Order: sequence, then C-alpha cells, then structure tokens
Amino acid sequence: MTSQLYLSGVSCSFDGFKAINNLSMVIQKGELHAVIGPNGAGKTTMMDIITGKTRPDEGEVFWNETVDLTKIDEAGSAQLGIGRKFQKPTVFETLTVEDNIAIALKADRGVLATLFDRQTKKQAKKITELLELVRLNDDRARMAADLSHGQKQWLEIGMLLAQDPELLLVDEPAAGMTDAETMRTADLLKSIAGERSVVVVEHDMEFVRALNCKVTVLHQGSVLAEGTLDHVSAMPEVIEVYLGR
Amino acid sequence: MFNRLIDRRMGIFLFGLFVLTVAVPVGNLAMSGQPVPSYAVALMAKYLCYALLAVSLDLVWGFAGILSLGHGAFFALGGYAMGMHLMREIGPRGVYGDPLLPDFMVFLNYDALPWFWLGFDNFLFAVLMVVLVPGLLAFVFGWLAFRSRVTGVYLSIITQAMTYALMLTFFRNELGLGGNNGLTDFKDVLGFNLQTDSTRAGLFVIAATALTAGLLISRFITTSKLGKVLVGVRDAESRTRFIGYRVEGFKLFVFVISAMMAGVAGAIYTPVVGIINPGEFSPANSIEIVIWVALGGRGTLVGAAIGAIIVALAKTLLTGWIPEIWLFALGGMFVLVTLFLPHGVLGAVENTLNKFRPKKETTV
Ligand SMILES: Nc1ncnc2c1ncn2[C@@H]1O[C@H](COP(=O)(O)OP(=O)(O)OP(=O)(O)O)[C@@H](O)[C@H]1O
Ligand SMILES: [Mg+2]
Repeated sequence: MTSQLYLSGVSCSFDGFKAINNLSMVIQKGELHAVIGPNGAGKTTMMDIITGKTRPDEGEVFWNETVDLTKIDEAGSAQLGIGRKFQKPTVFETLTVEDNIAIALKADRGVLATLFDRQTKKQAKKITELLELVRLNDDRARMAADLSHGQKQWLEIGMLLAQDPELLLVDEPAAGMTDAETMRTADLLKSIAGERSVVVVEHDMEFVRALNCKVTVLHQGSVLAEGTLDHVSAMPEVIEVYLGR
Repeated sequence: MFNRLIDRRMGIFLFGLFVLTVAVPVGNLAMSGQPVPSYAVALMAKYLCYALLAVSLDLVWGFAGILSLGHGAFFALGGYAMGMHLMREIGPRGVYGDPLLPDFMVFLNYDALPWFWLGFDNFLFAVLMVVLVPGLLAFVFGWLAFRSRVTGVYLSIITQAMTYALMLTFFRNELGLGGNNGLTDFKDVLGFNLQTDSTRAGLFVIAATALTAGLLISRFITTSKLGKVLVGVRDAESRTRFIGYRVEGFKLFVFVISAMMAGVAGAIYTPVVGIINPGEFSPANSIEIVIWVALGGRGTLVGAAIGAIIVALAKTLLTGWIPEIWLFALGGMFVLVTLFLPHGVLGAVENTLNKFRPKKETTV
C-alpha cells in the first residue's frame, strides 16, 4: 500500500529557533490520525510545511510517494487534493454561507474558467448536501460573518469537504464548540476517514479519545511518542511534557 | 443574464443615464433657446469620464481589496494615447505648418517623428493603444507586486510611487510628449471639428455609452464566480489560496481590466477638455478618485459613479465661487462621509428608502 503522506527528517527553523526538528511521520491512505502536543510543539508549522506555506530547511515531504511537496505552493497543494482547516476558523465573512461552499466546490481553478462558470444542477445539489451535512442549510442565505464561532468551524469543514480532498488537515476543530458539537465533529471526522485520510490536531483529550485512532505526540518539533491514546498517555516522557509545562 | 447584470440600483442609474443621453443632445442641438448650454454638455461629458474612472477603481478596491493610489496613471496614459492621435490629426494646420511634426516638436527642433509616435495617425491603432498601454503597465506592475505578495498599505504606496514617477517622466521635454504643456490645440477627431456643438454632444453620448459599458462589464465580473473569489481574496486571502485558487492571477486579471477601463475614460476625457498634461499623473489626482468611490459607496459600482459626479459637480461650483476653500471642502466631505455614512451616499439613500418601503428582499 502506498502512503498518502511521507515526512522524513524534516527540519525548519525561524530565526535560529527550531520549530520542527528532524520530524518523520507517515500517514497511510484512508487513515485517521491525531496529532497532539503542548503549545508551540510545531503542530501548525508541520501543516504549513505539508501545504507549501512554509519551506523546510531540510528533509523530504512526499505526497502519494511521488509528488515532492516542498516544491509546491498553497494553491498547488489544494489542487493536489489536500484540504486544510485553519486553527483560527477562517471563512469568507462577507459572502453568504452558500457562496462560501460554492467557491470551495471542486472545479477548474483557472481565471477564465472561474469567470465564465455557471453552476450546474448537480453542483447545486452537492452544495445542499454539504450544507445539510454541516447543519447549515437553514442559514445558507446568511452572511458567514453572522455565524457563531462553532458554526464557522462547521462551515469551514463544509468548505473543506466541498473541495473533495484526498487528505484533510484539521487544526483544532473543536475549539469554541459545545460538548455536543465537539462529539458531533468527532463523529463526522470518523465517518469521513476511510474514504479520505484525515489528520487532526487537537488539545481536547475527550475529543481525541472519541476519535479512537492512532495518536502522535509532538514535542519541540519532533515525535515523542506514537500509539493509541491509552498507550501514549501512560508513557512517562509524555506525562512529563504535559505536566512539566 | 439581464437579471444578473441589472439589479434595482443599476436599473435606476442606467435608466437615468439613458434619459440624459437623449435629453442633453436634444436640449443642446435641437431645441430653440438652447435649454442645455454648450459648456454644460462638455462639463457633463467630463463628469461621466470621471464616473467611469471611479467605477474602474471600485472594481479593484471595492471587490478585490486592492487599494490603488495610482489609478490616475492609467487614466492619463489612455488620455495621452488619444492625445497623440489628435495631435497627428492636426497635420499641417499647426502654427508652424509642419506637415508631419506637432508644433512642440518643431519648437524643440526635432527633425523627425520619434518612433513611438508612428502609427498614431491611424485612429484604430490609437484606440488599441488606449487600452493596451495602461493594460500592459498594469500587467507588468501587477505581476511583480502580486507575485511577491505585496498587499495592503505597501501596495497602495507603490502604486502612488508609480504615478509619481510617471508624472516626473512626462514633465520632461526630452520624452517627446510635450513636456509640462502636454498635448493640446487639437482641431478635430475623425474629421469632426472639436469646437462644434454637435461634436461635443457626440462626445457626451460616447462618454455615457462607455460608462454604461464599464458598469455592465464590471457587474458581469463581480456577479460571476470569479467575483465571489475576489471577495474571498478581500476577506481572507490565504483561505482562498488553500482552496486552490492562485490569487495572483485573479488579482492581475481585475487589475488589468480596471486599468484598461481607466484608459478608456482618459481617452474620452482628452478630446472633451481639449488638453492632456502631466498634471493628470499627480498623486493628488489618484487620491481624489479614492475619495469619489468612498463617498459614493465602495463596492457598489453605481455608487462610485455617483460619488465622482457629486464631487466633480461640487468642485465646479465651489472653484467658480470661492476657489481657496475647495481642498478643505473635499477633505471635509471625505471626513464627514467616513464618519457618518459608512456605506457612502448610495448606502445612505438606499437605507432611507428601505425604511419607507414595505418589507421586501433587497439586492446586495
Ligand atoms: N512564521 C513564524 N516565525 C517565527 N516563529 C514561528 C513561525 N511560525 C511558528 N513559529 C514558532 O514555532 C513554534 C511552533 O509553532 P506552532 O504554531 O507550529 O505550534 P503549535 O504546536 O501549533 O502550537 P499551538 O498548540 O499553540 O497551536 C512556536 O514557538 C512558534 O512561535
Ligand atoms: Mg497550532
């Protein structure tokens, strides 16, 4: 089986500070994978590297074992099939909820193709399906700016799915959600995995437990431990990192 | 398509503009007693050129968040391209009577036409240059700036620097474009004498038509999916990138279209006012365009046109009356609108009207 994502010996520093330090990790196709770690561990920076936002100083990052991700930009990574949800929910505030999904929908991203695009019935149906999935169909005509924090998180997940990505990178999706919403988000991500690969960064341990998947603990830019949540949370070095901060 | 392009505000504005397009020439040329005086025809044509310029800025600023403080440069380049044609059309009728060289070249002892003047004797070539020259400048400038991800205040500052540099360049006599006098003393365009009422009325109709076309093209762009992507760029540029859009290409597209539109506005402006000079490149001019758009209502297209007309009208009235206070009045208007009418004059008018209207869906 070919891997979805392959990182080997990746290092990246900002002004001499090593945010990522000899990091290696493999994500299999269809896998659901949680990444945890204290603040500043390098989780977001890792996603920046995978999506071409930040160039690593050294190391290899491969997509499907063939495409070198250190050579592409953000738009390129999205076009390959990597969807990313930001740590701070980012939606298009002055577009309607529906339009947010509409422009994220998988389609030719060229300038002229976009200018002359006309929405097909199939696309309209797809938009409604996605809006129902993220429970925003009743709000479709509202400005995204008027949504609650949790609803924006959901809208962003909806936009991600609209891109029809092979891999989803989801940075702290549960922030600002109620307990019930958090559990629904976990269920949604679990249902997505399998068909797509999903990497979730999260601080909320209840949420990670609910995901019930392989966990990687990141600390000071490299992998500290890997395994099930019960396994890693019993390891003394992990306990020390979490208690010692 | 009609419903998509013409919402209520666009419909009302275009209808009003159409009525003027018919009424002004008729009132000037065909009615006894000339209820519309000739100077007013030229003045209104000038306002419409400004309105088109304002629409072109609103397209990039209002919808893509690109605050250009150098749009006057594209306008002036379009104006110069048309001015060069009008100079060549003077032919041997100049003061010095040189069959080929414009007066200022004879005066400066040129013995041949500089290479970049070639072709401008042909009207269609000149028209092509009216859109190509501003478009090319916008393309090169935008390509460099957007690719390096220069945004916000930094972008505004370099656009301002661009127009300033062009102003200094055009002031130089050696450039071969008339130095600080610019290009003037035009005789006619396509054989029509520029001093006659009928030609002035014709230019007015052309200006109104160009404004209509500019509004419809802008509306086509802003209501398309690309228009939504641009709003996305304005709201959250990096989000747009992570969805897979190459933002620089989208910005470049509207920037070039907008520059071409500004060039057309300048090209009509030149025969209307009878002169084009380096002053049109002055940074203050470009800033004034921003004031028109903000005052009328950013991101509404129609509002931008209205803002330009209101300010230009106020300028005509005030400078004729107490010239010293014009700049204070302009600054004052800008401050008042920013403080009290966040959506500009158009937004304020629409809000007031909506209060009296039975509740119905409003178009955005
Ligand atoms: N562009 C940058 N310039 C300088 N330093 C940076 C940059 N990006 C990240 N860092 C630093 O790298 C380290 C790792 O940051 P990162 O955001 O990846 O952590 P994180 O694991 O996502 O933390 P959190 O849980 O708080 O989101 C931090 O110390 C941060 O200050
Ligand atoms: Mg983070």
